[in-house]
Amino acid sequence: MSGELRYVGKPVARDDAVDKVTGAARYTHDLAIPGMLHAAMVTSPHASARIVRIEPSAAEALPGVRAVLTGETLDYRVGLYMVDKRILARDVVRYQGEPVVAVAADTLDIAREACRLVEIDYEPLEPVLDPRDALQDGSPLVHPDLGSYEHMKGVFFPEAGTNVAHHQKVRKGDFDAAFAAADVTLTASFYNPPVQHVAMETHATIVQTLPADRAEIWTSSQAPYTVRHLMSVCFGLPHASLRVHVPYVGGGFGGKAGVHLEPLAFVLSKAAGGRPVKIVATREEEFNTIPSRQGLHSTVEIGAKRDGTIVALKATYVWDAGAYADYGVNVGRAAAYSGGGPYVLPNCWIDSYVVYTNKIFGTAYRGFGHLEVLCGIERAIDQMARKLDMDPVEFRRVNLLREGETTITGEPFTMGHGSPVACLDAAAEAIDWGTPSSPPEQASKVRGKGIAMLHKAPAMPTYTSCAVVIKLDEDGAADVLVSGVDYGQGTYTVLKQIAAEELKLSIDKVHVTWDCDTAFSPYDWQTVASRFAYMGGNAVIEAAADCLRQIRGVAGQAFDVAPARIACEDGVAFVDGDPGRRIPYEQLALGYTFENGNSIGGPVIGHGRYIATGLTHLDPQTGQGLPAQYWTYGAHAVEIEVDTETGEIEVLDIATAIDAGKVLNPKLCIGQVVGGVIQGLGSALWEEFRFDERGRFLNPAFVDYKIPTAKDLPRRMQQALLEYPQPDGPYGARGVAEHPMISVPSAIGNALFDALGIEFTTLPLNYERILRRIREAQEGNEVA
Amino acid sequence: MHEISLTVNGQVERATVAAGMTLLELLRDRLHLTGTKEGCGIGECGACTVLLDGLPVTACLVLAVETDGCDVRTIEGEATAGRLSALQQAFIDAGAIQCGFCTPGMVMSARALLERNPNPSDEEIVEAIAGNLCRCTGYEAILHAVRLAAGRLQGREASDGGRLLARDGEANSAPDRGEGGGR
Repeated sequence: MSGELRYVGKPVARDDAVDKVTGAARYTHDLAIPGMLHAAMVTSPHASARIVRIEPSAAEALPGVRAVLTGETLDYRVGLYMVDKRILARDVVRYQGEPVVAVAADTLDIAREACRLVEIDYEPLEPVLDPRDALQDGSPLVHPDLGSYEHMKGVFFPEAGTNVAHHQKVRKGDFDAAFAAADVTLTASFYNPPVQHVAMETHATIVQTLPADRAEIWTSSQAPYTVRHLMSVCFGLPHASLRVHVPYVGGGFGGKAGVHLEPLAFVLSKAAGGRPVKIVATREEEFNTIPSRQGLHSTVEIGAKRDGTIVALKATYVWDAGAYADYGVNVGRAAAYSGGGPYVLPNCWIDSYVVYTNKIFGTAYRGFGHLEVLCGIERAIDQMARKLDMDPVEFRRVNLLREGETTITGEPFTMGHGSPVACLDAAAEAIDWGTPSSPPEQASKVRGKGIAMLHKAPAMPTYTSCAVVIKLDEDGAADVLVSGVDYGQGTYTVLKQIAAEELKLSIDKVHVTWDCDTAFSPYDWQTVASRFAYMGGNAVIEAAADCLRQIRGVAGQAFDVAPARIACEDGVAFVDGDPGRRIPYEQLALGYTFENGNSIGGPVIGHGRYIATGLTHLDPQTGQGLPAQYWTYGAHAVEIEVDTETGEIEVLDIATAIDAGKVLNPKLCIGQVVGGVIQGLGSALWEEFRFDERGRFLNPAFVDYKIPTAKDLPRRMQQALLEYPQPDGPYGARGVAEHPMISVPSAIGNALFDALGIEFTTLPLNYERILRRIREAQEGNEVA
Repeated sequence: MHEISLTVNGQVERATVAAGMTLLELLRDRLHLTGTKEGCGIGECGACTVLLDGLPVTACLVLAVETDGCDVRTIEGEATAGRLSALQQAFIDAGAIQCGFCTPGMVMSARALLERNPNPSDEEIVEAIAGNLCRCTGYEAILHAVRLAAGRLQGREASDGGRLLARDGEANSAPDRGEGGGR
């Protein structure tokens, strides 16, 4: 890693760009297998109901229908952390949109027509819609059998006889005593609604079951090995009997982690005699059948000294997990150990309850609970700064984590964590913090500035691992095989840069294989948590070193010198200090042949791996332990303009500072930051699921569920990428992909208070909500 | 069933289609032009944007029978003679691609804009792609790509063609331009 870098840190263009810009990139949506059937689902119209009768005979009789399945015949449960879900509902339905019947037919039109012919009688039950009510004694139970469900032991703690799928505790110091002794205290409550990932490619999967309990799976997934593992567990099959292919994936954002439609396609294929079956979620199903980001009710209490030191923080997080909690339990866990914000909190008490309700269920979504909890924390921090009459930036600076302090789970904060304070200062400076906004052009408008910190560590099992294989080709080029998935982040390009750097090879001779295939691509847990460039990068470094070791060994033998005397540069191995004695990689890639025909070596194949190290489970009672492989810190500073006649917010400027450790590719990194900020703006300003009083989802389409368009861009966006190195990261890098989205709503909310003097505690900050509060404030003033 | 004849990317295509078949189904399922994507199926996301007689349409809302006698252009027709168009090259150089699922529709919307207005303002670019949803990029790089392409096509930058393609869209070893390539 010494000397000047040729590729790492450079704005190399995406590896996949030409495929994607010509239409050649093939996604699961685009695949067809000979003999393939198409599937459609009948979903529940009720949030909670007993299934009284299903009459599928008319559907079965429709020509072209090859299989009709109901939950009655499927004796399987699925789940990543909590095994709580059936492939199709059985006996009861637990959310509106839950699949009840599935049909495979020769065409999609026939499958949909068959779905219309299925008769289902339901007996509606009282739905559990508010997780705070679900916590009360006497609430109907979403899962009466919770106590019997399989789950990851020692990590998650479901409470039998309640709706609590998991309760994560963090206890540090003595909150009660410190809060009682504080000079200034504050209690504030906030609400984040459920929202959707909205990957542009909806979930799609094709499964073909084969003789001898084998199956081939093509799927739009972030997690080929996790799909394989969960299906293997679900169906009781050996792992090797399932082969998972992942072609190009059209966006994920966490929504394609875990397992989704794959088990359903598997049972349909089996029922249809082994014909391949394709299921593509409609956009409506993407909203109300496929899981979302869960809602959160949070209450934050803070106690501080007059001098601005926070002495106590308590947070209660009640997650609206929805009907199933297979991933949501880990969101609730991760958001608890991060749930105090990036501050020194000697006395901290956090309860994070993941609570079942009769709604669409929650899963991982970019930032994994952190956007939600930091929405409360970072707004409460601003409120406390005002109570103390301190500048919000100064108040944060006083309390940010620094060397010598520990996190709320007892992890020592070191220089290797990077610099939260440098992020704070960079963001603040970028929008001229402390200088009042220039006056708006129109009298009806007001301006304000806001700031918010962000942090996140990968939320993953303590044993998360990743492997890389590099094989050299006949022409001396290198193929990098991984099974982490690049669904747009750019990781493959970054791995290619690292491989070229480490292999001492021109980058155009390095290829990363795009279609993952569990039969050939080495293991990776799943591509989530901003961990792939870090883990995959480290594994590439090791795999490249393994290749070079083999190359040096053979070249040394060829020149009759010790391998240590062989140097490599630009695809050539040579004797150090005697560059005339040289062999290009192409003459070593498959083994070296002497002039007389004798051959040595053999095909060069390097193997690299990485496993999370030193992580521990958290103590069930106190949450103490080491949950984080690394932390990434950042800050957003925004300036907004609010139209007091319409309630519209315009973002004038948003500056994002993230401590990346090392920017491996500035072009791709900035792409992640800009994209994440705009996605965060969606959560801040527009996006929310709406339900009626019976728990029916009201806005499952883009007309009623608005995501940001090109018309919604801030007037200016700025990015500051800081480089305080991560000691164990590849070239000092740490993950950054999720982080830009986190705390965008917090910063906007803080700026909104600065502009209007009104406290908004519920997202999204849409025109209607803002205008109503402005009117109320105006009327209140008139009365006064 | 209806017999139709249309031109797709310069090639005459004849098909027998049901009255309810959409242009999107015709392109993807019959003609195997899967570069055009389906993101919603109800005209709300723009992923299936193609040019119908030069105008951008969402192919999921156009019936195949309506295109009888029409000229249709899709993303597969954007690179010509083995060369990326200036627009495609600008998308690459500007970093305007992430997952790529919106990219074909985005490029076609931008193509329609540049053909009717070779020198668009930023507002006109925004308006032209406002119906194309992208969840990855945050749009800023896409706006830059269209600006860059317009500038290059106007001769404000020396290069106006894309990099050479080998067969089937595989890039050959011709040198990259812009910041890309790392060479």
